[in-house]
Amino acid sequence: MGILEVKGVNKRFGGLQALGDVNLSVQENTVHAIIGPTGAGKSTLLNCLVGKLIPDSGSVMFDGQSVLGRKPFEINQMGISRVFQTPEIFTDLSVIENVMIPCFAKRDGAFRMHAIESVSSEKGIREQAETMLADVNMLDKRDMHTASLSRGDKRRLEMAMCLVQDPKLLLLDEPTAGMARADTNNTIDLLKEIKEKRNITMAIIEHDMHVVFSMAERITVLAQGTPLVEDTPDNIKGHPKVREAYLGEAQV
Amino acid sequence: MIGLNKKDFGLFLIVCFMALAAPILLNPFPVDSAMSDFNAGYPALMQKFAIFGIVVIGFNILFGLTGYLSFGHAAFLGAGSYAAVWMYKLLSFNVIFAIPASIIVAGLLSVVIGHISLRRSGIYFSILTLAFAQMSYALAYSVLTPITNGETGLQVYNNDPQVLMGEGALAEPHLFGLNLNNLTKVQVGGWEFTFEVGYYLCAIFLILAFYMSIRIFRSPFGMMLRAIKSNQNRLNYTGVSPKPYTLAAFIISGLYAGLAGGLMAAMDPLTGAERMFWTESGEIVLMSILGGVGTLIGPILGAGAIEYMSAIVSAITSADLKSWFGWLPDWLETIVIYVLYPFVGKGWHLTLGVVFMLVVIFLPGGLVEGGQRIGKLFSRKKPATAPGGSATPAE
Repeated sequence: MGILEVKGVNKRFGGLQALGDVNLSVQENTVHAIIGPTGAGKSTLLNCLVGKLIPDSGSVMFDGQSVLGRKPFEINQMGISRVFQTPEIFTDLSVIENVMIPCFAKRDGAFRMHAIESVSSEKGIREQAETMLADVNMLDKRDMHTASLSRGDKRRLEMAMCLVQDPKLLLLDEPTAGMARADTNNTIDLLKEIKEKRNITMAIIEHDMHVVFSMAERITVLAQGTPLVEDTPDNIKGHPKVREAYLGEAQV
Repeated sequence: MIGLNKKDFGLFLIVCFMALAAPILLNPFPVDSAMSDFNAGYPALMQKFAIFGIVVIGFNILFGLTGYLSFGHAAFLGAGSYAAVWMYKLLSFNVIFAIPASIIVAGLLSVVIGHISLRRSGIYFSILTLAFAQMSYALAYSVLTPITNGETGLQVYNNDPQVLMGEGALAEPHLFGLNLNNLTKVQVGGWEFTFEVGYYLCAIFLILAFYMSIRIFRSPFGMMLRAIKSNQNRLNYTGVSPKPYTLAAFIISGLYAGLAGGLMAAMDPLTGAERMFWTESGEIVLMSILGGVGTLIGPILGAGAIEYMSAIVSAITSADLKSWFGWLPDWLETIVIYVLYPFVGKGWHLTLGVVFMLVVIFLPGGLVEGGQRIGKLFSRKKPATAPGGSATPAE
C-alpha cells in the first residue's frame, strides 16, 4: 500500500477524455516520476491530486484518507506540498518571510488570528525558517526582496517553502521546464541533496528525460490519459511501448 | 516599547505629538495676517482630520495589506452614525453608549457585506461592495424611513425616550457630563489656539486606531494579509485559507469606519443617508491612494490633505485672489486670476484632481514616497536596501 493511491480515475473535459482509468501507487520514500508526451494528462492528474480538479470517477487516497472534494489548502494540511512549473512565491515579501509563512501555516493551521503578537517575537518560527534557508544555501539572501532573485534562486526558495513544512509527499510539476542545461543540473543536484538529507517521498511530473533518469526510482508512463507502463528506469528505457508513445522523441 | 520596535515606536510618538498638538501646529499664522485663511487649526476641520484619518487607517488594513479594493466603506460610516444617533434617542447623549453601538452595528453590517462580497476578488469584489453601499444608501434614503427618517435625516427630538437621561442633563453629546463642544481659546501674541473637548476625543481614538494598525501590520496576521495580496495561489497551496483572513481584515476595516461614523455623530448629533453615498466611499479610496497605499502613516496624510483642500481651497474667493495678486500689473493680474479662479472656491475638486494626478504619476507611493524622497535628499548616508525597496512596508 503506497502513501498515494490513485484508483480508476477518470476526467473528461467535454468530448476529451483527459484521464482514462488511471491507476497509480506512489510508495513511501521513493522518487516516482510521471512522464509522457504533451497532452498525455500529466497536469490534469496532478491537479486532481492537489484539489484543483475533481475527477469524474475513481478515488485518490493519501495516507489512508481520500483527498477528493478537499480544497488545496486542506490537502496541503494533510501533508502534500506542491512545487509549480514556474516558481510561485510571495514576490512582495522578503525571502525569510516567504519561508516563515509556511511555518505559520504548519503550526497554526488554515486560519488563526494572530493580530496583536509581533512577528519579531516569533523566535521559533524565524529559527526554523533560517535553518531551512541555510539548508538550501540561501541564508545570506534572507532579507532580500524576492523580486530581485534569479530564477534558480526562486526555485530554491520555493523548494524551501515546501520542505520547511516537512511534507509527507512533495509534488513537483516540471521543476526544470524552460531552464538552461546548467540550471537544470543545479536543480537535479538540489533535488538529490534533498532526497538524501530528508528521505522524502517525491512525485515528479517531467518532460525532460535527463531529469527523470537521473533521479527516479519508479516511472509511470502516461499516454493519452492512460498509464502505459509502470516500472524501474532501466526497464522503461528500452520499453517498446514507451518509444512508440514518444515517437523516438526520447534521447536517452 | 509597548510591543513596538524602536522605529515604529518613534513613528507612534510623532503621530501622538501631531494629534495632541494639532491645535497649535495647524495654526501657524497669526489671526490678523493675510495668511490666516490657511490656518487649519479650528475644531470642525481638525475633527474631520482625525475622523477620516481613522476611516482610512482601517481601510488601509484591507486595501493596503490584502489589495482588496472596497468601494463601499461609506456604508459602515453611515451605519455607525445612525447607530450613535439612535443611542442618543433611546438612552442618553452620553457618547459612552453611542460609540460602542456604532462600532458594533458597523461590524455586524461588515460581516454580512464582507461574507458575500469576498466570494469574488478583483474588480468584481469592488463592484459588489459598491452595489451593497448603494443599496444601503437607497434603503436609508427611502425604504427604511422609520429607522433612518429618510431624506430629512435622523436627529433627536424632545419626545424621544432617552431613558437614561436624568433631569437637567446636557442636551448635546457629552462624555459623563463633559460637553464635547466645550472649548478653550488661548491667545499667544497674535496667535489664537482653540482646544476643544470633542477634537481631543477624536484625537485619542485616532491614536488608538493608529496604534492598533501598527500592531496588525507587524503581526503574523498582517504578514498573511500581505501574502494574500502577493500570491493567493501560493498561499492556497501552503495550507492557508485566504477567505477568513480577508474577511477578518474586511471586518476590522468596517469596525474602524463604524467608530468614525460614531465620532461624526458625537461631534454633531444628526445624520443622513448622504453619508453612505458612493462619492463618500470614493473619497476614502482617494485619501488612501494619495497618502500611500499599504504604508502606516499614509492614511493620516491622505485624509489630512484632502480634508484640508476641501475646507481651505474651497473657501478661497475671487476677492481673495484679487487681494493676493493686486500688486501685479493689471493685465497680468487679470490673466492670473482668470487661470486660477476655476481651481478655487466651488472648483476645488479641480485642484484635488490635479494634485491626485500629479501624485499618482510622479509619486506612485503617495505622499509618503514624497516624504521619503525628500528625506533621502537630506541624508548623506544612503540606506543599503536591495533593489525594489525594503522588505518591510514603509512608514
